[in-house]
Amino acid sequence: MNTPILSAHNLVKHFSAGGFGAKRKVVRAVDDVSFELARGETLGVVGESGCGKSTTARLLVQLLTPNSGSVRFDGKVVGPELPLKAFRRQVQMVFQDSFASLNPRMTMIDSIAFGPTVHGASAAEARRKAQDLLDRVGLDPARFGGRYAHELSGGQRQRVNIARALAFDPQVIVLDEAVSALDKSVEAQVLNLLMDLRRERGLTYVFISHDLNVVRHISDRVMVMYLGEVAEIGPASSLYTAPRHPYTKALLAAMPSLDPDRRTHEAPLAGDPPNPIDPPSGCRFHTRCAQAFGPCATQVPSQFAVAKGHLAACHLNRSEETVA
Amino acid sequence: MTPSATKSDHPLVSVRDLSVRFDGTPPVHAVNNVSFDLASGEVLGILGESGSGKSVTLKTLLRLLPERRTTITGAVEVDGEDVIALQGRALADHRGGVASMIFQDPSLALDPVYTIGQQIAETVIRHEGATSRVAMARALEMLELVRIPSAKRRLGNYPHEMSGGMRQRAMIALALACRPKLLLADEPTTALDATVQIQILLLLRELQQEMGMGVIFVTHDIGVAVEVSDRLAVMYAGSFVETGSVADIIRDARHPYSKGLLAANLVGAVPGTRLDAVPGAPPALNALPEGCAFAPRCAHAEDLCLTTPVPVWSGAAGRWARCVHATREGATAVNKVAP
Ligand SMILES: Nc1ncnc2c1ncn2[C@@H]1O[C@H](COP(=O)(O)OP(=O)(O)OP(=O)(O)O)[C@@H](O)[C@H]1O
Ligand SMILES: Nc1ncnc2c1ncn2[C@@H]1O[C@H](COP(=O)(O)OP(=O)(O)OP(=O)(O)O)[C@@H](O)[C@H]1O
Ligand SMILES: [Mg+2]
Ligand SMILES: [Mg+2]
Repeated sequence: MNTPILSAHNLVKHFSAGGFGAKRKVVRAVDDVSFELARGETLGVVGESGCGKSTTARLLVQLLTPNSGSVRFDGKVVGPELPLKAFRRQVQMVFQDSFASLNPRMTMIDSIAFGPTVHGASAAEARRKAQDLLDRVGLDPARFGGRYAHELSGGQRQRVNIARALAFDPQVIVLDEAVSALDKSVEAQVLNLLMDLRRERGLTYVFISHDLNVVRHISDRVMVMYLGEVAEIGPASSLYTAPRHPYTKALLAAMPSLDPDRRTHEAPLAGDPPNPIDPPSGCRFHTRCAQAFGPCATQVPSQFAVAKGHLAACHLNRSEETVA
Repeated sequence: MTPSATKSDHPLVSVRDLSVRFDGTPPVHAVNNVSFDLASGEVLGILGESGSGKSVTLKTLLRLLPERRTTITGAVEVDGEDVIALQGRALADHRGGVASMIFQDPSLALDPVYTIGQQIAETVIRHEGATSRVAMARALEMLELVRIPSAKRRLGNYPHEMSGGMRQRAMIALALACRPKLLLADEPTTALDATVQIQILLLLRELQQEMGMGVIFVTHDIGVAVEVSDRLAVMYAGSFVETGSVADIIRDARHPYSKGLLAANLVGAVPGTRLDAVPGAPPALNALPEGCAFAPRCAHAEDLCLTTPVPVWSGAAGRWARCVHATREGATAVNKVAP
């Protein structure tokens, strides 16, 4: 098999949640997460609010240091084998918070041109590139180029962020809720742009979103997270049509109906997620799972292979396991 | 709780020719001649292009816009009060008393330095002059109403000690604490995952029916709009371009922009294929074209579209669309039904 362009190996990230000594509490935001990205592939990431999607993204782009585990780019461990600076040029991120990566005192053109200049492009060249990118994300450079971040609507700002990431000519882009602030029509434009760039430049994406329709549309594979762990991962088509983890099933069943005569009457999953400071024993989902049985409360399920390239961490799949 | 009786047969909200301009160079004409009514107990969903003036319209109803830089013209009445003329005490009563608002980001509504209980109680004291004991009891009742688990303990939580979904519920509890007649919801579930989103939508629908509240719900998600709304309005470049019942708009949109917006919806699209996005970008809000603001992007545009005023097609049950072509299609459609 070809070397994955980017891979996560047993990533663990715990945040301190106060307390000292034996009473020290930690939020287990990401707990032993591994996955691989093939060149040119798009991996969708979904899951409950607070399950660790953004933390995984930040670990992946090296904005956070993991407690343990590593990230490899093109087979090389980032840090020891590949210097951070070289890595950063190849892997860019678009943040959930559209203000986060824009300097409030810089115009949009300057914000986008900043990256290429740092990496050695001439000022004029970087500016031309920035204008071209603004145009490609559907913002007229003449109208929006001179504006500051607070002078744009949320959707406009998020498109500037996408342009800013593209300006580095990266190979991988991690997009954290990059289209959630957009209306459907602009969202369609941005998704088309991302798909065009993927084709033109062979870009690889990690695409985090709460919108399951969007994830289905753009992703080759999808990873479902629950409370810091990977619940299920597999090809988008088989995961959406034949989910094998009860949490994935609940998530898909919670999609709004789009039919005014058949509105939803009952939420498929009740209650809030358990506290990540003290996650449930065994399978972390067992406290809310309608199908929980014998082993669920005590044994951590391993990732059972339920179909080609499709893994589900649920005891229900135990007997049906095809290949280990 | 009984639905509060509204004054005679006035609608709860009546907006006439509302325009909102932000001064500056160039000025921004964010809302242009918007008119609509909302009955009490009715839910109006607003869909529309990013930057089309949805949030500004909601903020106008609460008078949350920067006073000195904003020029508001037209008439806005909520529960019989002239909202534009409200000052001082009356304005304070209006905000959070008669009408209140929930946001995509709860940090806009919740204060990080006070507990949830303190914040809800404070609002109740301010609007109803309740004692702090009564107010704290109401806070508890509200947290239970929005189904926050172990509500009593959560009263003492600061916003950052809650999960995203719980914060969203706390914000709803705060907004509903004084039993407003009008709730303005600006994308309140956009940041939530599907399982929590549907919980919050079902909760809002239930509370809305129980309290007989009027709701204006802004969202980008057509599925969400369908789940909560009775009627839908589509906004483009600061104007309403079409309104109708949810079923009418979803199944039979008449304005080309509404059609484009619905077609861009991903449901049923073949994964990985290019989507039917409406080509182009909306016009600059300081230099709107004569006639229909959508004409420069419209595949069916003709000379007639560039003249003002744009004709309005009206259908049954208060539905209409501001489009030359809709007037013609409408005519043929009516002919088909009644030969
Ligand atoms: N800097 C931090 N310090 C302490 N806890 C943190 C920090 N960042 C994240 N967390 C916690 O880690 C967990 C995972 O958070 P993360 O932001 O990764 O979730 P997410 O899946 O992106 O959620 P959302 O869908 O709401 O964006 C949460 O419980 C969160 O409260
Ligand atoms: N305080 C302000 N000063 C100047 N212009 C503003 C201000 N607030 C909003 N605008 C502009 O007014 C227009 C309407 O903004 P509004 O926030 O209502 O859009 P929206 O329809 O809610 O968009 P989105 O879907 O992206 O939230 C936008 O072009 C925006 O840039
Ligand atoms: Mg996140
Ligand atoms: Mg808005």
